[in-house]
Parts: sequence; structure tokens; C-alpha cells
Amino acid sequence: MSGAAQTLGIRSASLRSKDRRLAALRHLGLRAAAIVYLGAMVAVPIAAIVTKGFGDGLGSFRTALAVPSAGAAIRLTLITAAIATGINAAMGTLIAWVLVRSRFPGRRVLSAMVDLPMAIPTLVTGLMLLTLYGPNSPIGRALEGVGLQVAFTVIGVLLALCVVTLPLVVRQVQPVLLELDPAEEEAAATLGAGAWLSFRKVVLPAIRPAIVGGSLLTFARCIGEFGSVVLISGNRAGETLTAPVFIFQLTNQFRPAEAASIATLMFAISFALVLVTSRLIVRRTDA
Amino acid sequence: MTVVAPARERDARRGGAGLGRGVLAAIAIAYVAILLLLPLIGIVWRAFQPGMSIVGETLSRPEVRHAFLLTGIITATTIVVTTAFGLVVAWVLVRQRFWGRALVNAVVDLPFALSPVTVGLAAVLLFGTGGWFADFLAARGIQVLFALPSMMLVTIFICIPFTIRELVPVLEEFGLEEEDAARTLGASIWQTFRHVTVPNIRWALLYGIALTTARSIGEIGAVLIVSGTIAGLTETATIYIFTALEERLVARAHVVALILALTSICVLVTIEWLHRRTEEARSNA
Amino acid sequence: MSTPIRVEGLTKRFGSFEAVRDVSFMAASGSITALLGPSGSGKSTVLRMIAGLERPTAGRIWLGEEELTAKSVQERAVGFVFQHYALFRHMSVAENVAFGLRVRKEERASRDARVAELLDLVQMTKFARRYPDQLSGGQRQRVALARALAPRPQVLLLDEPFGALDAKVRQDLRRWLDELHRELGVTSLLVTHDQEEALELANQVVVMHEGRVEQAGSPAEVYEQPATAFVAGFVGSANVLHGWVVDGHVHLGTFRVPGADHLEEGAAAAAFVRPHDVRISREETGVRGTIERIATLGWLARLSITLPGGETLVAHVPHEELDGAAEGDEIWADLRSPKAFGIEPAPVEPPGAVASDGAIPSGAPPM
Repeated sequence: MSGAAQTLGIRSASLRSKDRRLAALRHLGLRAAAIVYLGAMVAVPIAAIVTKGFGDGLGSFRTALAVPSAGAAIRLTLITAAIATGINAAMGTLIAWVLVRSRFPGRRVLSAMVDLPMAIPTLVTGLMLLTLYGPNSPIGRALEGVGLQVAFTVIGVLLALCVVTLPLVVRQVQPVLLELDPAEEEAAATLGAGAWLSFRKVVLPAIRPAIVGGSLLTFARCIGEFGSVVLISGNRAGETLTAPVFIFQLTNQFRPAEAASIATLMFAISFALVLVTSRLIVRRTDA
Repeated sequence: MTVVAPARERDARRGGAGLGRGVLAAIAIAYVAILLLLPLIGIVWRAFQPGMSIVGETLSRPEVRHAFLLTGIITATTIVVTTAFGLVVAWVLVRQRFWGRALVNAVVDLPFALSPVTVGLAAVLLFGTGGWFADFLAARGIQVLFALPSMMLVTIFICIPFTIRELVPVLEEFGLEEEDAARTLGASIWQTFRHVTVPNIRWALLYGIALTTARSIGEIGAVLIVSGTIAGLTETATIYIFTALEERLVARAHVVALILALTSICVLVTIEWLHRRTEEARSNA
Repeated sequence: MSTPIRVEGLTKRFGSFEAVRDVSFMAASGSITALLGPSGSGKSTVLRMIAGLERPTAGRIWLGEEELTAKSVQERAVGFVFQHYALFRHMSVAENVAFGLRVRKEERASRDARVAELLDLVQMTKFARRYPDQLSGGQRQRVALARALAPRPQVLLLDEPFGALDAKVRQDLRRWLDELHRELGVTSLLVTHDQEEALELANQVVVMHEGRVEQAGSPAEVYEQPATAFVAGFVGSANVLHGWVVDGHVHLGTFRVPGADHLEEGAAAAAFVRPHDVRISREETGVRGTIERIATLGWLARLSITLPGGETLVAHVPHEELDGAAEGDEIWADLRSPKAFGIEPAPVEPPGAVASDGAIPSGAPPM
């Protein structure tokens, strides 16, 4: 379309239909680009995993799970994820509460620290934990002395999972707490309810979806966590070996079929969780 | 309208009786301290344990320099690709209605559902011997696996959702109206985009880029599998830490780890600041 | 059994802002006392301090013989009704009403009985299983009332309870609250900015302005014998005429009104005349003016009369007394029962008249 015609708003009939055709082309072109991008970058790799994972049908899963320490790895992953989720659901809610309702020096610092695990490489997180609570540190040795060994144990795995998923529940619950109407809690107080009762009956029902959403995100994250766990767990088969590390080992041992089967299994679980949470979670910028 | 205490004062008081509130705050602080603060201090202490010279010594090593360079290259590429295509996808998701839109929406979230090691495995399945594209690439002499391309691809995969998820709500909120108005005034698509859309989404875009940066810098699982860990060639900073620990070069590992941690913290500070700017922009809109 | 409320020297400061200044009053046992005032007058803050939702900077509060000042909200056992209902949105109507009883760990049987009794009282029995978001505003407020009354409080505190409702619903609920109060006889404190509501419902009206009590008295007292210029202007509509005191009268340029004997000679003063105290006639009484506009308000006609000095007088005249008067006519306006108050500072310009319909005049002349 010529500049003059554009300025004057004059369009001939042929120009108009040309406009529309161009617009339509652009429209479809963008859509095609988006689909190709996602198709090539996301769908294809996942398809590769799933097809390899299913290999010869369900038999592949049985073979993979028959590998010694496979079952143990999966069980350990799910159990530690569940425990870490439970811990951070409670602690995350508590931290969100403290951040919203309390004033104390250093509150800003606390808030910033909560976001730290999102930024720091998981490997560095694992190294930090290993350095502080491992056998080469006074704290680690002291803890071992009282029977609490952190490094190279399940405790270490739990610790790593708790650290990397720390912000997830907090940042889901925090915005909801900020939005709460004070009047309901005041009403509860006038009716004689103390702080804890008021929390249980008035606040908790309101933040429950946020806690659940955050917890599901946490769980999904935990079962896939590699960088921090691989350093601190010791990766002892049958004891501290988690599924992601196991998949890593299998891949390095050129056993892609078994790796893919286990990966598909874990993916199915996370996928289901991500689907559910996309309904529940609060997007960060919605806060 | 009733006159009540300023919101912040009210909120603070609602937290419960003074003592109870103090206890809760103490527990929260203790938890975060044990999980994060102390380990951070620990890593700083351990990094400098052999003395300040260790930093210079580590940074003088060519493989360390190369590792940082590689991380930088991969991160930069990832940012460019995920931002450019992320814009396209976000745009299409918000501004277009078509059959399969919900599917596309779900696909965007998929990278969040995969463990990074699975991503690495996928790359092996696609580009390794016997893989889907193995023959195609071998015939053309293109090396993807155990080379930079695969490292870029896995990092991009992992970072795909960030920009898109930040842009979608913002694009939805700053509706079609402004863009329509611009178009009726004769602006071309590109002009509309540059002068109307971009200013509206600027902060969300930067926020998405910040998240992508932090994630790229920190990527380990996938990139470890596909890199082949050839020192001086295919080691990123995080991979360097990994192999250095295996080789008992503990001090150097800590220095690099500390540098990455500090870089990430800078990115975090920028994220927080951008977050606040995004909030302000939204409340002023 | 109901108890009297007493507050003494109640003060509340938010930072440097003084929301409540030295407020003292008493509410007799079983009465309804209205705290009446414009937005920002501090009345809600006073109510919240009595409830324990705000801590006073200074002052004391008694419920009967018990001093409440140091007690927590939970210990005070007052019934509180919020402007926006504050129903527990995750609980049904019945569960809402039962809440206070559950807190006191009352037994299931007596609890259920009490809930049923109250739902019947507020006529919400049919809605027992519904949730707040399924109710209209008026229904929600009735539930809120039932909830507040369930634990048998000694005092009922209502914070602009009808403020969020439509005019018609407001009137219905007002009437209904009146009946309820007669039946229950709980000492009640009602915060409102609607003076009609206060005058209709209350046994005692405490008029507040900028954190202070302007006057406390029966509705008739505050209406007919306003103690300050603010009360005269705020309670009921009034014409406000500014002038100077000369010889026991307030001189308003071309005419004068009596009633300023208590004021200092030469002082600046404002005379308040209620619109229904302005009698118009064709005989020479009072001041001469021209009818600017006649508005018909049902059985009443509202006349805007322009006086020679340029001021406007508002008169409320029953239709029958209009006697064929029309816009543009010249008539005489007789100003009955004027109330004069000293004001400061002295007006600089020749005094002008401001017609107010319940608007809030400050003590100063119009700028």
C-alpha cells in the first residue's frame, strides 16, 4: 500500500482485498511459526521419550522396572517428594503469613532470600548444602556426632528438595493472603475466636487452593530434581539413588530404552500434576 | 466510609498476639537461615579458605574461562530464541482463536513437567547413534550431540515457558483496544507493535528474560548429558563445577560456584526490581 | 440482661493524625445510641475501640461495672455488625450463626436450638443451608445480625450496617431493626452518617465532628436545640445566614433575626433557620424576596427564594399554603425559630446566605 494512499486513507477495492490477504497471511504465518516452534522444540523431544519408553509396549516398562534399584529409586523419589512437599506446604504457608502479617527488621531480606532458590543454580545449591552439612564441615561433623548424618543420606535428599522448592508455596499463598478481607477475621474475633481458631476457620479455607496449587508444583519439581540431589545424596543404589539420577546413569551407560521407560513414567506423573495446577496456580505477575 | 487504621498497621496487628507473632517470625527466619543463609555463608567461607589468591588462580585457567564463555554463549542464544519465538507464541495464544489453541497452551507448560535429565535423554534419542535424526545429520557432517548445538537446544527447551508465561497475562490485560486504535489511525502492524504493544509488555518481557537467564546459567542435568564433558570444549560453568568436584579440585569448584551464585543473585535483584516495576506499571495502567 | 456502656476521654491517634479526640458519653442500658457524623468524624473508630478492634491511645471504656479497656476483643463478648457483612464465605448461613456458640464450646443440642431461634428471629430459616454469595445484601446483613446476637452479647455494635444497601432495603431493615430492638432490648450502639436513620431509630444521638463530640442528646434535642453551629447545619437541613450581632439580633444586611442574646455584641454569627420554619405570605412580615424556583416534592413544595442581598433561602411549604404563588412572584418570608451561633473568623465580605440541606458547614463563612 503506498504511503500516500495510507495517509489519505484512500484504498481502492483491489488494494483492500490485497490488505486483507496480507493480513490473513500474516495471521496464519505467525500461527504456523508458533506451531512449528513448539512442535519442533517441545513435541518432538517428548514424542521421542514416550515412543522409546513404550518401545515394545507395556513390556518395556516391566523390563525397566525389573532393573535392580529401579523400583527403589522410584519409590525413594516419590516418598522424598511427598515429605518435602508436606514440609514446604506448612513452612511455606508459615513464611507467607509472617511476610504478610508481621513487621520486623529484616523482613525485606527474608522475602528476598525466599526467592533465592529460583535464581541460584541447583548444582550450586547442592554444593552449598554439601559444604555446610557434609563431613568436611564442623557443623556436619557435629550433627553426625548426635546421629544426624545429612550428607549422603536420605536426609540430605530431603534437605536439597526443601531448599530448591522453598519459594513455590510461599509465592502462591502470599498474594492470596494480601487480598483477604480483614473484616472476616475481625468478625471472628468479636465472636470470641482466638488467633489460631480464626486462622483455621477463616483464613485457611481461603488460602487452601493456593496451598494445594503450590504443593502440586512443589511435588512435580521434586520428582525431577537433579542438580542439588546428585551432589548431596551420594547416589547409593537402593538407598539414596533417586529416579532422575538413575535416569542419568542409565543414559550414560547407553541404556536409553530403560532410561526412557522410567523417564516416561515420571513424566506422566508430572504432566498430570501440571495440568491440574494450571487451574489452581496464581501466575506471579497476577499478584 | 469508615476511618480505620492504615492498611499496613492493621495487617501487622492482625498477625496475632505479639508473642505468638514473634515466635512464628523466629521459626520462619530459622528455617530460611538453615536452608539458605548458612549454606551461602559456608560456600563463601570455603571458597576463600585457601586464601584470596585462589580466585585469581582459578580465573586464570583457560578451561574455567572457556566454561564461563560457553555458559554466556548458550545463555545469550537461549534468550534470543525464547524471547523472539516466545513473543510469537504468546501473541498467537492471546490474539488468535483457532482449533487446537488449548493444546498449544498445554504444550507450552510441558517443559516444566520434565526433569532436565529427561530432556538430555531426549536429545540423545534424537541425535545419538540410532536416533531419529542421526542419519540425516551424519550425512551432512553436522555434529549436534556432544557439541554446542545440542547444549543450546536442551537449554532452549527448558526455558521455553518462561517468556511465554510472563507475556500471556500482560497481553491479555492490555487488550486489543489500544492496538485497534493504532490501526484505525493508519499504523502498520509493525508500527503498532513497536509503539503500542512493546511499551505495554516491556516489563513482563524483561522479567521473562531475567528468569530465562537465571535458568540458563544454572542448567546442569540436561546439558551434562549432551555435552560429553570435554574439558575446554563442551563444559559450561556448571559442568565445570561438576567435573572439578569429581577431580577433587574442590577449591576451584567453590570459586566458580560462588561466582555463579553471585551472578544469580544479581539477576535475582534485577528480577525483584523488575517485578516491582511491573506491579507499578500495572497499577498505573 | 443488658448493660450500659460508658466511655471516657477516648482518644485515638494514627501517627500524627488524631482521629478521635477526648470522646466521652454514656449509653443507657437497653437503649439505642446513634453515633452520627460525616465521613472522617471518627465515629467508626470509637465503635471499633469499644469492640476492641482498635486500641485507644487514651481513655477508658466500661460495660456496666466492668472496665473493658485492657481486655482483648475475644474477652469483651460484644456483638459486632459490619458495614459489608463480613460473613464467613466458606460457611453456610447456619454455620455462620453458630460460630460464636462453637467458640464457646456450647453443646450441639443447645447450639442448634439457638441457631434455629435466631434464624427464625431474622426470618432466614429457609436459607440455613445457603452460602453468603447466594444471598442478597439485605439477607446477608440479617444473617450477620443473627450471628452477632447468637452468643447473647451484652452490647450490640453496628458499624453503618445499612450503608451498603439500596435505599428501599435500607428503609425496610431500619424498621425491622427498630422492632427487633424493642423485642430484645440489648444496649446498642449504631454508627451512621444518615441523620434520618439516627433520628428515627435512636434514643440518644451523639453527634460527632472531626473526632469530637459536638452534642449528645435525644433526637428531639439535637434537632430542635442544636448546641453548636455544626449540629445545627448537619442535623436536618438548614438555611445558614451569616452576619453580625447587633442588639441581640443577627444582622444580615438588609434584615435581621432575633435570638442572639447570648452572643457578644459585634461578634460574627451564623443564624440557622430550618426550611420548614420559613413561612411565606403576601403580608409584610420578615424579609422580602422573589421566588426563584418551586420544586414539587410530593406533598411538599420546595421554594428557592432570592433575597435582596443576593442570598438564597430555601423554604419547605405544604402545597395547601402555597396559595397560588408561582415562580417570579414577590413574597415575604418570615423566619421562625432561628438559632444563632458565634462563628470565627469574622466574615470579611458583606454577609451572604448559604442554603444547606444537611450539608456540612464549617464554622467559617463561605469563601
